[in-house]
Amino acid sequence: MAYSEKVLDHYNNPRNVGTLDKNDPGVGTGMVGAPECGDVMRLQIKVNAETRLIEDAKFKTFGCGSAIASSSLATEWLKGKTVDDALEIKNTDIVNELSLPPVKIHCSVLAEDAIHAAIKDYKAKQGAGSPVEEPARV
Amino acid sequence: MKTPIYLDNHATTPVDPRVVEAMLPYFTGRFGNAASRNHAFGWEAEKAVDEARRQIAELVGATPKEIIFTSGATESNNLAIKGVAEMYAERGNHIITSATEHKAVLDTCKRLEKQGYRVTYLPVEHDGRVSLQMLQEAITDKTILITIMYANNEIGVLQPVAEIGRIAHQRKILFHSDAVQAVGKVPVNVQTDNIDLMSITAHKIYGPKGVGALYVRRKNPRVQIVGQMDGGGHERGMRSGTLNVPGIVGLGKACELANLEMAEESRRLSHLRDKLKDGLLGELDEVYINGSLEHRLPHNINLSFAFVEGESLLMGINDVAVSSGSACTSATLEPSYVLKALGVGEDLAHTSIRFGIGRFNTEEEIDYVIRRVVEVVRRLRELSPLYDMAKEGIDLSKVSWAAH
Repeated sequence: MAYSEKVLDHYNNPRNVGTLDKNDPGVGTGMVGAPECGDVMRLQIKVNAETRLIEDAKFKTFGCGSAIASSSLATEWLKGKTVDDALEIKNTDIVNELSLPPVKIHCSVLAEDAIHAAIKDYKAKQGAGSPVEEPARV
Repeated sequence: MKTPIYLDNHATTPVDPRVVEAMLPYFTGRFGNAASRNHAFGWEAEKAVDEARRQIAELVGATPKEIIFTSGATESNNLAIKGVAEMYAERGNHIITSATEHKAVLDTCKRLEKQGYRVTYLPVEHDGRVSLQMLQEAITDKTILITIMYANNEIGVLQPVAEIGRIAHQRKILFHSDAVQAVGKVPVNVQTDNIDLMSITAHKIYGPKGVGALYVRRKNPRVQIVGQMDGGGHERGMRSGTLNVPGIVGLGKACELANLEMAEESRRLSHLRDKLKDGLLGELDEVYINGSLEHRLPHNINLSFAFVEGESLLMGINDVAVSSGSACTSATLEPSYVLKALGVGEDLAHTSIRFGIGRFNTEEEIDYVIRRVVEVVRRLRELSPLYDMAKEGIDLSKVSWAAH
């Protein structure tokens, strides 16, 4: 199977690899997939308490090249967006951007799931009464 | 050293230049049909085919008349299993095979099941070998055939073929073995291995694609099979179709070379294999060998690189040709059924890589492959959330994953 240029680029130079402090109230962590299925994505966002914008996003992925590329691309797209705008990112956008073949569509679905899981975690933390005003610890 | 490096010699092998040379005259000047009985062109072709029969028979301890030419091992397996099932249908309807056979055997058995035959798929032990006791217990008075491969194409594990054959003969059951990966690589002898039917293919032993053979025993016992292709009654009625003379000449030559060079070649290949294995296990943690190391082809190693998905590893080592048991590399999107049968967890099956070293690989190439694999595994583990978690001491089997 031949990979698209963009998949290869993200695979060879993945953007935003890393880990954010999952205990930070401004950080939302989403982990989706399972080792038995051959892919696990961990995607994290950090929301600026004042601007309400996603100021940082990190990922780590166990999976095929398309799964790595999908999550790498997702972190790029998340930065600078509000949480609500981030929820608008659709797996089909990822499919189109990376020219994923049909057998790899599940990689993009997983990335969308990871975005939603990270936002859900962030919202739960906010709802749990963490003072929004408190400057985020790094 | 040239890249890409080919380390996928279980899939196929390049044709040895000496084999090509032997074949060439039979495309042009000596193009005759081996079934043409009344002119020199036919006689010449027939003579070449007879010589190939002799070369193949000599490699596996058979007699030339016991060698039936086919288009390859898929056909040989189909012909052996269906041919026996049909011929001995009155004696019984039960076949025993194993869970790690090639699809050409498994799917043939499945088709026979639809026609009313009963098939037992023996499980394998953790090392990839069938249990002789379970085999004994699976035999019924309706069992007509045991079909178990000589060596596995993914993990290179050798089955206890001689013992299986002995059990089969004690119970008056025929024994077929798919020996595609073993012939020419380890000593195979249909007499001492108690084999009644055996599948062979040329392209795994530095011969051309599209030609193979089926060994069919003629004495003690005399095995009969029903041909599965109707036509001119070639190969004593067992396999109709004009013989692929150049291909057959190539298969014969490949067998002759294997016979001459196998002992030395297998020493060299097992040295390279051990170097590769030790190099990778020495540099990386959490690498697991799939299948028995003791009962194994000299040129095979199958490793799971935990926390690194197989397809992404292949993508990283794109100048090395190997294959993976990962679902992402298979047409079915299922991880290797062979590794599953061994009891390898699906998480580790997704991380497996098969290395198959061949006649034309060099020590320099193996050194290069070690460096490349180590580099890419390290890089991908930096990217792997599972590696992070394992390093934190989290037991991944206890995590409740959001499976999708």
